[in-house]
Amino acid sequence: MMLRGLWKLTWIEIKIFLREPLGAFGTIGVPVLVFLVVGRVVGGRLAPSSLAASSFIHVGLPVLASLLIAISAVLSLVTIISIYREGGILKRLRATPLRPQTILTAHVFVKLILTAITLALMVLAGKRYYPVGVHVPLFSFTIALLISTWSILSIGFLIASIVPTARFAQPIGAIILYPMIAVSGLFVPVESLPPVLHTLARVLPLTYAVLLLQGIWNGDAWSAHLGDVAALAVVFVVCTALSAKVFRWE
Amino acid sequence: MRPVIQVSRVRKTYGSTVAVDEVSFEVNRGEIFGLIGPNGAGKTTTMECIEGLRTPDRGTISVLGLDPFRQVYQLQDRIGVQLQQAQLQKRVKVWEAVDLWASLYQKKAIEGERLLEQLGLVDKRDAWFMNLSGGQKQRLFIALALINDPEVVFLDELTTGLDPQSRRAIWDLVRGIRERGKTVFLTTHLMEEAERLCDRVAIIEHGRIIDIDRPERLVARHCPERTVVLSTEDPVAEERFRAIPGVEAVSCTDLRFTIQGRGDDLVTELIHCLSENRIRVTDFRTILPNLEDVFLKLTGHSIRE
Repeated sequence: MMLRGLWKLTWIEIKIFLREPLGAFGTIGVPVLVFLVVGRVVGGRLAPSSLAASSFIHVGLPVLASLLIAISAVLSLVTIISIYREGGILKRLRATPLRPQTILTAHVFVKLILTAITLALMVLAGKRYYPVGVHVPLFSFTIALLISTWSILSIGFLIASIVPTARFAQPIGAIILYPMIAVSGLFVPVESLPPVLHTLARVLPLTYAVLLLQGIWNGDAWSAHLGDVAALAVVFVVCTALSAKVFRWE
Repeated sequence: MRPVIQVSRVRKTYGSTVAVDEVSFEVNRGEIFGLIGPNGAGKTTTMECIEGLRTPDRGTISVLGLDPFRQVYQLQDRIGVQLQQAQLQKRVKVWEAVDLWASLYQKKAIEGERLLEQLGLVDKRDAWFMNLSGGQKQRLFIALALINDPEVVFLDELTTGLDPQSRRAIWDLVRGIRERGKTVFLTTHLMEEAERLCDRVAIIEHGRIIDIDRPERLVARHCPERTVVLSTEDPVAEERFRAIPGVEAVSCTDLRFTIQGRGDDLVTELIHCLSENRIRVTDFRTILPNLEDVFLKLTGHSIRE
């Protein structure tokens, strides 16, 4: 019964999302474009023998692009939730037998499905124009990205709970999420950060997402990253519990 | 028969603001019951407490024998709701919304297509919500409120912002809901709407119910005054009018008389006086008080202020 509602709502939300050309392009198109453009520029300028360049192109760039996918999915969620709240759409849905958690779960599903689609597009585009590593465990990597996105989405709900109006949702979300990339260990190893940033990095979920994504991309076994998955799960549980307390429906 | 809705001594505060205070009333099966009052009087808060969307601080509510707080999902399965100023997703199509809503209820939904037909939305079934007119949006919300064939329908400020023509069309739809044996609970700040649509109304102001009854009984109780405006050139008219029992004031400007008095017999008496004295009139109008006047009388100010 409720599954039917969940499925219908998820499907309708996907269709609505794709009907909004700008939103769909921003969320799906931008990460793929960043991946292609940066890949071309860096790949073309530096000699293939350069170790740093090669490492960045083969591991750093796909992980960066994947993080962008996850973050733009989360920002889109924050915006949609704020708009729906402001327009009374959440309230209207709540006045049906739909459980509140079903309504929010549908949005999580939409974002996870779109994340997977964007990743697939990125891989396809990369394969054609820009040969990345050949033996990448794509299935595991997809799972790793979905776990990371799921975890960051819970932060998105927290942001959506706090942000007062839809106008500020996207910028505030961006201000909170994008700087996390800087200390996530993607560009500078976490160990070489100053102590304060080091501590910060250790409590931010993106750090664990990067560790997990890099590891899986490099062919590590899942058993080597159970700690990262656990950290992401903790973030999810904590943020979900917090947003359950502070989430506003109107 | 047990009332469909029983509200007893409900109080709801937001911070230090008392939105609803000691509100009690009952709604019977098959009637259109209106909660009327100015904006901010507590209409929506009261309605949303009954729908299970808000929890009152004090008091008890029972709808169809259910507690809207503890049995909210069972209740929502059996009621239909239209919220004030609600929106749907901008780019959701009409048929998609109806289809989604139909899938949410335990009870077998009534056929969406037939509902769209009844509400005159068939042409719009593939239109996006954002491209509908105000009246079409409200008709869609009525469709969503009726999709589960509910026993009680809640309509909050249904016709606010609509032009008179759409408003009349919506009133006909609401009467149609009652004819199908449903109970309708609505709020409005339009006195004309309440007067034309509601079997009974409760007047609410500052979170308190002032009086509850049939519209015409409220008028009779609180505004027994009758006014007749007529034009005549007869020089003895004024004197005769003053002699009529029940007449309290007669004023005259440019041969146009305004006669005020009280009691249902005033008009009859006046007509009798005209014919007996063969007073020739060129115009005759009665001005009856309405709910608007009742509200003014009870609160000391107009509902629009």
